[in-house]
Amino acid sequence: MTRPGAIWREITKNLGRKPATVLYPKERLPVPPNFRGRPVFDPEKCVGCKICERDCPSGVITIEKIAEKTFACTFSLDRCIYCGQCADSCPRKAITMSQIFELATFQRAQLIDRKEGVPPKPKEDASSEETGKENQKE
Amino acid sequence: MSERLTLPIGPQHPLLKEPIHFRFTLDGETIVDADIRMGYNHRGIEKAAEERTYIQDLYMIERICGICSHTHATNFVQAVEKILNVEVPPRAKFLRTVVGELERIHSHLLWLGVAGHEIGFDTLFMVSWRDREIVMDLLEIITGNRVNYGMNTFGGVRKDMNQEEIDETLKGIKILEERTLYYEKVAREESTFIARVSGVGYLPKDIAIAYCAVGPTARGSGVNYDVRRDFPYAAYDQIPFQVITSERGDVLGRTLVRVGEIFESVKIIKYALKNLPEGPITARVPRKVPQGEATSRYEAPRGECIHYVRANGSEKPDRVKVRAPTMANLMSIRHCLLNQQVADIPIIIAAIDPCLSCTDRLILLKQAGEKEGEILTWEELRRRSIAKKPL
Amino acid sequence: MNELLFVLQLLIFPGFLFLVIYAIFAEWLDRKLYARMQNRVGPPYWQPLADLIKLFSKEVIVPRSAGYYLYTLLPYFAFASVVTAFFFIPVWSPQALYSYQGDLVIVAYLLTIPTLVLSLSGWNSATAYSILGGIRCLTQLFAYEVPFFLALLTPALLLGTWNISEISQNLPSFLFAHPFYFIPVILAFIVGIIALQGKLERKPFDIPDAETELVAGPFTEYSGRLLAIFRLSLDMEMVVGASLLSAVFLGGAQSFLGIPGFIAYLIKTLIVIFILAYIKAAVARIRIDQMISFGWKILAPLSLLGMLLVVLFQKGGIL
Repeated sequence: MTRPGAIWREITKNLGRKPATVLYPKERLPVPPNFRGRPVFDPEKCVGCKICERDCPSGVITIEKIAEKTFACTFSLDRCIYCGQCADSCPRKAITMSQIFELATFQRAQLIDRKEGVPPKPKEDASSEETGKENQKE
Repeated sequence: MSERLTLPIGPQHPLLKEPIHFRFTLDGETIVDADIRMGYNHRGIEKAAEERTYIQDLYMIERICGICSHTHATNFVQAVEKILNVEVPPRAKFLRTVVGELERIHSHLLWLGVAGHEIGFDTLFMVSWRDREIVMDLLEIITGNRVNYGMNTFGGVRKDMNQEEIDETLKGIKILEERTLYYEKVAREESTFIARVSGVGYLPKDIAIAYCAVGPTARGSGVNYDVRRDFPYAAYDQIPFQVITSERGDVLGRTLVRVGEIFESVKIIKYALKNLPEGPITARVPRKVPQGEATSRYEAPRGECIHYVRANGSEKPDRVKVRAPTMANLMSIRHCLLNQQVADIPIIIAAIDPCLSCTDRLILLKQAGEKEGEILTWEELRRRSIAKKPL
Repeated sequence: MNELLFVLQLLIFPGFLFLVIYAIFAEWLDRKLYARMQNRVGPPYWQPLADLIKLFSKEVIVPRSAGYYLYTLLPYFAFASVVTAFFFIPVWSPQALYSYQGDLVIVAYLLTIPTLVLSLSGWNSATAYSILGGIRCLTQLFAYEVPFFLALLTPALLLGTWNISEISQNLPSFLFAHPFYFIPVILAFIVGIIALQGKLERKPFDIPDAETELVAGPFTEYSGRLLAIFRLSLDMEMVVGASLLSAVFLGGAQSFLGIPGFIAYLIKTLIVIFILAYIKAAVARIRIDQMISFGWKILAPLSLLGMLLVVLFQKGGIL
């Protein structure tokens, strides 16, 4: 049997319900643990094989050798499609995907994320705890 | 003869979500002729695929379409795996099936909402999209992203499902099943909805076959054809399911087929998750693909999708060809539109669930009076088309 | 002194200014209710006003194909006719600002003018979408106008008066004295609500400006100030329509004077607006041919049945 207004029960219920909309900047939905957000480079682990650079679908990653066994990585995040292939390809897990996703910015330059490894100090101080410092180029 | 009005729709129009151009000739409110022009969305993906390695292509091809991204990725992966001749582990096959069916649910719910919107039933649109969030969240939990899941890799899948995710999925699809039952009831009982879809856009079975319609468009006209059953891929040969068809041939028939497929998808997911085989999720594959060619078929939510890959022994494919389901279904639209009312244009176009960014492949620019073009050999064409500076 | 007071009443309360404010509020309420029925958040209370201010500050573009003077004058015409119609409806006292025997007919005709103006403006814009919208406007007019008039005339027939103020004063007491007459009045009220939905071009009868087919129908080419006037007059038409129905069928401000009467008026019009929003949320848009057959096969016979019942009851002496 057909009749107009067959959806009336849903409408009436909705009147008493809280809206389903999540008002984004005020409320935030949790991000699942395996979410692919901004890639993070760990210079300590990098061995400079450049597989990530070769596999990246949009040419985001540049790995440069800055000193003996020390590498710098530049992510051009304006092009990144957050597929996470770099994290999969890396044999040493030097790149991991974080849960940071709020990357919108007015300046493209802010999306170029460069991270340099610290060259191991010669002789005694080889076990330096300090990880690479995060520079924002330009 | 009365004066005829030409009604242009598109490339920019509230009816269209993506650019395409229709030119209708109207006699009063009745359509006497329809002309379809596409090509506003050509992105040169097939050509670009020849410039990238297979693993890079995978992510680019996944982005052919935002709705059926798993379709294109799986299809491409399957074609390459065929050339490589690798056996995908059973667990990976099941996981591909699960994500594929979740995608089908999300695509069909999306379609239901769009169909509601096209006939001015915005409440159906809002509530079905609200409940679509459940399946989007499930996809995000399982794969790590709401769209462009990045689930596939050559020789398997990239992410395993743990018990927690399986429980979450089973819980989520149970709610979805209840909600879909309610929408089916609404779609069958709401008289204004029935009045707008019943008998509209009639596509007889023989015309559907003649125009090579695929997917729910064909099944809504009684063509009993489903790639999942007839040419099984992934784990569909191990999972029992029914192919939903309707003999109605109108938009209501296509609606009922889609709603019925949501229930079938729910069943498939439940079965696959309960019978998920143990084992590895990837097989080792080489980076270089040996010479060869392969075609792969996949039942996308919109119909049969075909990928063709030719490998030349290097890290990059020689040729990739994508035949999206909308391409096959667009041909039948004109037949559906003739002798219908102007008010039926939106729902008839929406009924095939057009995805134009999937479809637009080639652009031909030809000036009037231009001579026939020159004939190039394959090597010459390749030489001319290779980008000067690869990305 | 009295003349000055009358002019103030016309311009401020319960006249023009009140109508504009109430119309803006009614648009917000309608959108908010519609949104909440769809489980959405809906616009904030200042949204309709912000829309209007934005539109007023934008440039008016007149298409080359349109006749300039007609194109720019038509929105004001719709605006004026709706405002005029409002003066005949009692808002806070038993007596409307301006009333005489037969004003029911005047209001009904004044409320027809916006539809005609819309159709004419669509035709005058001379583009494919607006012409189709204009034609649909007129076609639809034939379907709902007769049932609407017949529904409005049912209480008039019942009470033997054609004065809106008198109807709204006398209807409730009459009905409670003779409960049998509830049947035709409720019937006519239902027909009136559905026909009003068609008059205001809301779902399921938003056929002339069906956005997925005709973009914005007759308004397609309108922009800026002219569009703002059009939108405002449609909002006001909704308020006037709701007030008319509440005055004719629900007793309007009844015989209260001042604040109680005003509150009664507000509550009743809000109920009508709620019903309008509810119908809007519950159905899909129907086609123009379905609209015509619905109007003539269901609405018109129903409204005639209401009148027939009134006549039968009166002649048969059932009280």
